[in-house]
Amino acid sequence: MKQLSFNRDTQYVASADLMNTVNIAIALQKPLLVKGEPGTGKTMLAQAVADALGKKLIIWNIKSTTKAQDGLYVYDVVQRLYDSQFGNAGVDDIASYIKFGKLGEAFQSDEQVVLLIDEIDKADLEFPNDLLWELDQMEFYIPETKETIRAKQRPIVIITSNAEKELPDAFLRRCIFHYIEFPDPEQMEDIINVHFDRLEDKLVSQAITAFYQVRQMRGIEKKPSTSELIDWLRALTVSGVNPKKITGTIPLAGVLLKKDKDLAVLNRNLRR
Amino acid sequence: MFIEYFYLMRKRGLDVAPNEWMSLLEALEKGLHGSTLTGFYHVARAILVKNETEFDRFDQIFLEYFQGVPFQGEIPDELMDWLNHPSENLFRELEELKAAGVLDETLEELLKRLEERLAEQTEEHNGGNYWVGTQGRSAFGNNGWHPGGIRVGGKSMHRSAVAVASQRVYRDFRKDNKLDTRQFQMAFRLLRNLSAQSNEEEFDVDATIHDTCENAGTLQVRYKKARRNTIKVLMLMDSGGSMDYYAGLCSQLFQAAVSSRHFKELHTYYFHNCIGSNVYTDPRMNFDSAVPFEKFLAQYDKSYRVILVGDAAMNPYELDHPQYNFQTHSYGLSGIECFRQMKRHFPHIIWLNPESMPTYDNYWTRTHLQLAELFNMFDLSVDGLESGMKQLLVRRAG
Repeated sequence: MKQLSFNRDTQYVASADLMNTVNIAIALQKPLLVKGEPGTGKTMLAQAVADALGKKLIIWNIKSTTKAQDGLYVYDVVQRLYDSQFGNAGVDDIASYIKFGKLGEAFQSDEQVVLLIDEIDKADLEFPNDLLWELDQMEFYIPETKETIRAKQRPIVIITSNAEKELPDAFLRRCIFHYIEFPDPEQMEDIINVHFDRLEDKLVSQAITAFYQVRQMRGIEKKPSTSELIDWLRALTVSGVNPKKITGTIPLAGVLLKKDKDLAVLNRNLRR
Repeated sequence: MFIEYFYLMRKRGLDVAPNEWMSLLEALEKGLHGSTLTGFYHVARAILVKNETEFDRFDQIFLEYFQGVPFQGEIPDELMDWLNHPSENLFRELEELKAAGVLDETLEELLKRLEERLAEQTEEHNGGNYWVGTQGRSAFGNNGWHPGGIRVGGKSMHRSAVAVASQRVYRDFRKDNKLDTRQFQMAFRLLRNLSAQSNEEEFDVDATIHDTCENAGTLQVRYKKARRNTIKVLMLMDSGGSMDYYAGLCSQLFQAAVSSRHFKELHTYYFHNCIGSNVYTDPRMNFDSAVPFEKFLAQYDKSYRVILVGDAAMNPYELDHPQYNFQTHSYGLSGIECFRQMKRHFPHIIWLNPESMPTYDNYWTRTHLQLAELFNMFDLSVDGLESGMKQLLVRRAG
């Protein structure tokens, strides 16, 4: 597998597979759905794609309460009522009370943008289906102003999911799919190298070995991810731990593992 | 020629929709596969497979279809031709698709669009200005640098698609062998039936604000029907005996069911091998936790969805013969009769079995087969649970 990495400005290392999939999605003008373990850089991918293509990134963070409508537009009737009570000018103009959401914003941009719909699985089960038409046709209708908003430039849509919910079939069929695998030790070394200027080789190799050991321990519920490894490396450098002792004792394990139960599992494994 | 590949995938249980297949053809027409089989593998997987649990199945089918193709040596002319000039072959492909008659109306439209596009196209797309480029013109390049683009680093390990597929690295993701509580929970979530039919009404904040403002500030109160999951679940678990081997698995299932808080009601009962005159509210099945079977049936009406969990392995005698009731000192119904009564009483009922379906009939598997005939029986795996939940949602013959 060839490995591509972004230039110095971005701190992102992507596999050739992933880059190919991004290209397929762009060429076919279909949304790219990215799935993977937490900490594999799903969200950062969109930033990296935007940087590489020199395009603006618009992020729509999905929460459990987010409705599809929020992404399109909100009609601020309350403001309009206030304004009318004080006799402000422009109350007749409903259009000025229409506030566009992230999707609306992406459609209205004069230049092509990268739109990230982050963690789509957090919302209601119906959410993805409610966006089918908008993402397919890249347009929506505002009944209040009798206006149709059509994308000036079809945005590049990247959607991430943590697989908390199954996404509807009809939605999936319209997407290009990529599953980000957890990086292998070699890739991990590359990732560490973009994050740190200078690290002792011995320290890095020992830390990576220990990290994968911990991940493979049976009974660990929340496996440490890349971001935890990077924090851990930082902590190890600051505290000046002897690299030779890392694999045997896993110092500062609290940085890697967040759950008490996992720490107990680790201690049991180390004592053996 | 790839139409057989499409049908092979569907035959092997990979649910590829015609419009996904069309997207793949479109991608080939654009040359996204870079005229290589490895490229084709990646493009096909990205477009056709939408879940990492299916990657392994995809790999297997890919191997099955392409295994005769020698990857290091010569690629057969027909295949090479297809990969090199997909657009020339697309017309043929479309004809085949039409002839096969798998198309519905929307697809007809799709096909027409594609045909039009093909007609407009005057030159080969390979080497055009699509995003993946080997000529270094595009932002994502295979060779060389692009100013402000992406650095090509790391080791170049060119692996053929079949080598990739044959490693079957996604085996672990297969739904049928990985089990944890979270996945069970996800499966339980399938079992929901949101309804706004309830008589409950709740205050509709958004509509009230909207209508009040539109009404120049005079209050307009709006209500809406509340949406609730209407599903009520009864879970009956076989406890003790041969089920001890599956204690861990059953406890995971139980945890998942209890933590899926979206059911309107969830009640758990226990039995041993067969439902007799009593069911129990406690897995230790003491007398004080016993609930008489008739009372149990009277308490829950047919709207409950019932999940029986057990290995259905017992002495055939236990199932077929009337059971002696120590409280009333008389013989009650036989096990199978109780199960039949359950099935009549609850139209939505399934059986989850940690033991997979036996392939032969002998003394030890007889009760398993007998009960599988009576109930819709599913493996106690994520896949089985998912199919089971879908079965519980709708009433189907079987």
